[in-house]
Amino acid sequence: MTTSTAPSRLAVGFATALRRSGLAVSPDSVVAFAEALTAVGLEQRTGVYWAGRATLVRAPEHIAAYDAAFDRFWLGTPSAPGEATSPPPPPPALDTDEDIDDEPGSPAARPAMVVRYSAREVLRHKDFAACSSDELADARRLMADMRVAGALRRSRRLVPSKRRSGQPDVRATVRAALTTGGELVRRPRKAPSRRPRRVVLLCDVSGSMDPYARALVRFLNAAVAGRQRVEAFAVGTRLTRLTRELATRDPDVALDAAARAVADWSGGTRLGEGLQRFNDEWGIRGMARGAVVVVLSDGWDRGDPAVLARELARLRRVAHRIVWVNPLKASPGFAPLAGGMAAALPHVDALVEGHSLAALEHLAAVIAR
Amino acid sequence: MTGPLSPESVREALAAHDYLADDGLATAVFLALRLRRPLLLEGEAGVGKTEVAKVLARWTGGELVRLQCYEGIDVSQAVYEWDYARQLLHLRAAEGRGADVEDELYAERFLVRRPLLRALAHDDDGPPQVLLIDEVDRADDEFEAFLLEVLADYAITVPELGTFRAEVPPVVVLTSNRTRDVHDALKRRCLYHWVEHPDFEREVAIVRLRVPGLDEALARQVAAVVARLRDVGLYKPPGVAEAIDWAAALALLGRTTVDEATFDTTLGTFLKYREDQERVRGMGLAQLLAEAR
Repeated sequence: MTTSTAPSRLAVGFATALRRSGLAVSPDSVVAFAEALTAVGLEQRTGVYWAGRATLVRAPEHIAAYDAAFDRFWLGTPSAPGEATSPPPPPPALDTDEDIDDEPGSPAARPAMVVRYSAREVLRHKDFAACSSDELADARRLMADMRVAGALRRSRRLVPSKRRSGQPDVRATVRAALTTGGELVRRPRKAPSRRPRRVVLLCDVSGSMDPYARALVRFLNAAVAGRQRVEAFAVGTRLTRLTRELATRDPDVALDAAARAVADWSGGTRLGEGLQRFNDEWGIRGMARGAVVVVLSDGWDRGDPAVLARELARLRRVAHRIVWVNPLKASPGFAPLAGGMAAALPHVDALVEGHSLAALEHLAAVIAR
Repeated sequence: MTGPLSPESVREALAAHDYLADDGLATAVFLALRLRRPLLLEGEAGVGKTEVAKVLARWTGGELVRLQCYEGIDVSQAVYEWDYARQLLHLRAAEGRGADVEDELYAERFLVRRPLLRALAHDDDGPPQVLLIDEVDRADDEFEAFLLEVLADYAITVPELGTFRAEVPPVVVLTSNRTRDVHDALKRRCLYHWVEHPDFEREVAIVRLRVPGLDEALARQVAAVVARLRDVGLYKPPGVAEAIDWAAALALLGRTTVDEATFDTTLGTFLKYREDQERVRGMGLAQLLAEAR
């Protein structure tokens, strides 16, 4: 680093390095960083470090990646072997549909359009675990039409109201009085509007959920994309927020991003601990308050059921409702006895199936209730 | 104010006004003042985010204008409102005179200025105001979009009157507890700093600064216990604010050292969940105190 190098060139170079390690860096942050470098100067390492932190980092989760990239770029530290500089490649569980279920002997040459169209009603009720990848792709298309919105609640925002129950809208009253020489002939009213509650989806991505995970993540994608009040998380041995990854309308891009983000697909489940992390870091401080929280899990939990029960109880004290979606509920002879499920049941407002399109449509209705 | 010369001078100035900032925060504040950009502070509750704006106001001499955000906040609470009662009276009085009643009615003397407008419509020669937009994550998306517009060009348009533009833009501090993500567009407009819990020595210094006359040994004990409790996974780990509250309580009780009984009776000053209190009692108060020595 020489002082004759313009800060702007250094800024662009460092931004490129950051992007390579997976951080999104917008052009105007780079401009801000260049200005910041000019202001703090290049003499001191801490100045350069904090100038970058203030202008290029936008979330605490990105600090680790920033630190690593900083050391590499400014201090020339080689990245440690085995250290993940780019997100891990997507695990097979979420690979593209094309290379799964394509075993020889499958009726690949069937007239797909006709079969699929007539099969639509069958597909609605077919268990995801029994679906081929083609059927899942169809199901995904149908899911895109589903509307997931939380139950309505009163907002503090007031809107003009025709009903006489509202409070006087003084601003509009003065406006109206202008035309009548100060006489209050028309007295408009306003009343609180209604807004959908936030919906938080917590999806179990452990091994036992594998038959359903692919379909359910699509459901998450359909629910999150384009709506601002839906949040999604993956719970396995750890908790991963997927809202940003799933926010795009292109399902392939969304699923790919989600697969990269979740490091523990098809691993074990520690539902209780996952919920605790959710409660600690997101839920209790606000995200779950007054929200409809949906847990998508079969309830097979390797963790301590007491932890799960405790965390659900905590969650229930702030949430509007807790809906548990168990794909196994549809199977004959199901009883909620799996350790986690039994512990969870007393704290759950509704237990619904989630194994098929029809079941998910029902779920959307339950969420809006 | 032309702006401070270096992050170091910012740190000294803040310290002179009873706020001990670390390198990161001092640099972020320095850049916010020099680049005239809003500063978005995120961090756990009780790490002193709001305090930054207050100390900035004390230091620069600018008036502190605070806007507390909440769900459903709208223009009439955040920006301006008309004084309807006086408008109506005026309207009745002007009846018969006819003509330009409407222009009279929507004049500045009937305008009630709310925080955002107060912070922008600043016309005397004093130092710029410090605008604190507190807990912006509690407001809804519509309000955030509006805020974005205001922070982009430091101007607000009142349809009936015209545009108010800040000659000297205010120093803007936004805080968020991260109950939801603030929109990227708003973040891009701002400098960002994640406020961490202070390290041990800084926490001791902060506690002593905020609780005058506190015994140093007691301050060290408080900071050590609080720092230890941050690592044990409580529902609500105590922040600096809680450490200060606890120290103040101890000082009020006239203690010079924390013994087990005092620890037990003052637990409620910094642990506000019953589960957390039980957890800490279960860890053994005597042992915690011994470790903190």
